[in-house]
Amino acid sequence: MDLDIGSEDQAFRDEVRAFIDKSLPSDTRDKMRRGLKLTKDDMIGWHRILHANGWGAPGWPVEYGGPDWTPMQRHIFEEETGRNHCPRLMPFGLKMVGPVIQAFGSDEQKAQHLPKIASAEIQWCQGYSEPGSGSDLASLKTRAVRDGDTYIVNGQKTWTTAAHWADWIFCLVRTDDTVKKQEGISFLLIDMATPGIEVKPIVTMEGGHEVNEVFFDDVAVPVSNRVGAENKGWTIAKFLLGHERTSIAEIGRSKAQLEKLTEIAAAEQKNGAPLLDDPRFREKIARAEIDLMALEMTLLRVVSAESAGGAPGPEASLLKIRATELQQELSELLMEAIGYYSHPDTPEALEFGWNEPSVGPDYAASLAPVYFNLRKTSIYGGSNEVQRGIISKMVLGF
Amino acid sequence: MPFALTDEQKLLQESVDRFVERDYGFDIRTRLAESETGWSAENWAIFAELGWLGVPFPEAAGGHGGGPVEAGLISEALGKGLAVEPYLWTVVLGGGLLARAGRTDLLEALIAGKLQLATGFAEPQGRYALNDVATMAEKSGGDLSISGRKAVVFNAPSADFLIVPARTAGARTDARGITLFLLPADADGVELRPYRTMDDSRAAEATLSGVRAGGDAVLGEIDDGLALLEPAVDVATAVLCCEAAGVMQALVSQTQDYIKNRKQFGVPLSSFQVLQHRMAEMFIHMEQTQSMAYMAVVRGAAGGGREVSRAASAAKAYAGEKGKLVGQDAIQMHGGMGMTKEMPISSYFKRITAIGSLFGDADYHLDRFADLAGGGAG
Repeated sequence: MDLDIGSEDQAFRDEVRAFIDKSLPSDTRDKMRRGLKLTKDDMIGWHRILHANGWGAPGWPVEYGGPDWTPMQRHIFEEETGRNHCPRLMPFGLKMVGPVIQAFGSDEQKAQHLPKIASAEIQWCQGYSEPGSGSDLASLKTRAVRDGDTYIVNGQKTWTTAAHWADWIFCLVRTDDTVKKQEGISFLLIDMATPGIEVKPIVTMEGGHEVNEVFFDDVAVPVSNRVGAENKGWTIAKFLLGHERTSIAEIGRSKAQLEKLTEIAAAEQKNGAPLLDDPRFREKIARAEIDLMALEMTLLRVVSAESAGGAPGPEASLLKIRATELQQELSELLMEAIGYYSHPDTPEALEFGWNEPSVGPDYAASLAPVYFNLRKTSIYGGSNEVQRGIISKMVLGF
Repeated sequence: MPFALTDEQKLLQESVDRFVERDYGFDIRTRLAESETGWSAENWAIFAELGWLGVPFPEAAGGHGGGPVEAGLISEALGKGLAVEPYLWTVVLGGGLLARAGRTDLLEALIAGKLQLATGFAEPQGRYALNDVATMAEKSGGDLSISGRKAVVFNAPSADFLIVPARTAGARTDARGITLFLLPADADGVELRPYRTMDDSRAAEATLSGVRAGGDAVLGEIDDGLALLEPAVDVATAVLCCEAAGVMQALVSQTQDYIKNRKQFGVPLSSFQVLQHRMAEMFIHMEQTQSMAYMAVVRGAAGGGREVSRAASAAKAYAGEKGKLVGQDAIQMHGGMGMTKEMPISSYFKRITAIGSLFGDADYHLDRFADLAGGGAG
């Protein structure tokens, strides 16, 4: 047993780092570092740059246009891009519907969708949650009624991240309400331009717009857009639960945040000395660093098991719980570090190109909004309570 | 009997509760928070009429002879409704300083609802330390000339007067040598940069450039302003803890209602034991914060000195830490709904977050509580 990733993987890490250095647009890097708002173009732009280098679909096999990376290479790529201020690649195409189409889709579906996901030509969003179906996803009510070669879809999805940017949405819909709730669900691909779809923004507590409500009013969807068999959609939903979940650990991004915390704590003063020298605050930073280390070491064990052919199982739940708690903890310490300057709410200062002097220190404006926004991480993607339930059931056998 | 309210205090509590329940719905609150000034002059006039603005002040000063306890009860009830009126800044802290300095001439206007105050107790470099004052007051002719910068001065955009600690002697962090000045907010050389804050309050950066102050602008004694400021901030801290207790009561009761009504897996969320126990913890945090807050205002009412400071710091350290936990859990148990701006719970969470660092965060007050244990100056 050792902790060495080996020279090949180290060379790969150097290659990724060098590529980021050379290719990440400087204004995008600047926005990411300073916590400014990213545009859709910033995010897609980065995805296209990666695509041009053959890295547009990092987790995919070569037959679908991916680089066929090992689990360790995928981890290294995630870590380096996160740590070096690259925008997050939207997961809905690359990590969700893409793998679903690869595993369950028809040849036509593969040909139609996969290349455009890899190249970022088409953006996707995820139609899972509904107003009455959060943790209890299988209780969803959006209905698809078959009419010849078409499904007529009616209902509502919610918490749909990036629906306002997306060209397509993949949805879980009810196609049979006479059977057990998990057995009457199908998986549909729906073009957002279809008549009858309406997207309404949901403003989150810090004032941001990431999530939406999506309404379906007699939306006609060709039956050929169904993935897998009718009423077998729940199998697909479960397939996605364990898929590519190691990236959820966000090791690279948390390392970047820890670095930022240390820099800010060095710049802030307490009793005329750097806050970083305050025993109480130092201890909190140390604790966060140790938590990060524990998460990283656990992740590496999971990656290592994956490399040996083990499928990712409920450890994805462990990673999700601890990773989101760590992100929240770091955002809390960042806000704490700046004292009273967490109070001014100046969203204009988060716009790129805003040239007024900031109210407090330059790094202050984004910290409280990020703290508020990141409360979502322990709620979305299967709340941390649901994740603990999975561990109880799948690992502990309760 | 400890903690028993007098009949008068009960009536006061009931009247504020009734006002909040009847006239302070969340949609009204949102409208006020988004208005230009961020609070309602109409409500302020009602507060004056009902006597709430005069409650904490001695009868000799035109008040109603109450004190920190009464201010605490009012703030707790206002906290339940997330009231945006600047009671803390104008009445409790600003009015508290005027009363301590014997400026009854101005208290009359304050009690009548005609005066707004803001106190610049923080500076950009000073974090939470009241003694870290770099703003200078230097002799210039027969007057003093004040220059410096005050950070995040709450209620400054609405204030008629700013109360400003400035250094008349000593080094930047010396306790001695600080003098409090009462300056018209529109005095020459006062520049405000106003903004909204995370919890929809209003504040400003205040830059003072050679603001002239005569002898009548001094509150209390020259060089001994900290002796005036610190006890007033202790009382304001205790009263703020009462508000925190009110905010936490709302966080708990709204979450309780939500998980009772929200069904998943065919049953109410409240039927899950893991949530029941978390809510039980929230309840305990809320109850104990209330106990600590009441203790702190009672101590504040009994006089000054080290015990008041210790009580205020103990209550604030407690409220800071537990308020955060209760707020975070309230959001978590609301699920996605808790993340929305539209749902009241998120505004309560933002207020409890803001309270967390006002007058010092939990770490600051833990340190202060420990430092004061040794029988230092009281």
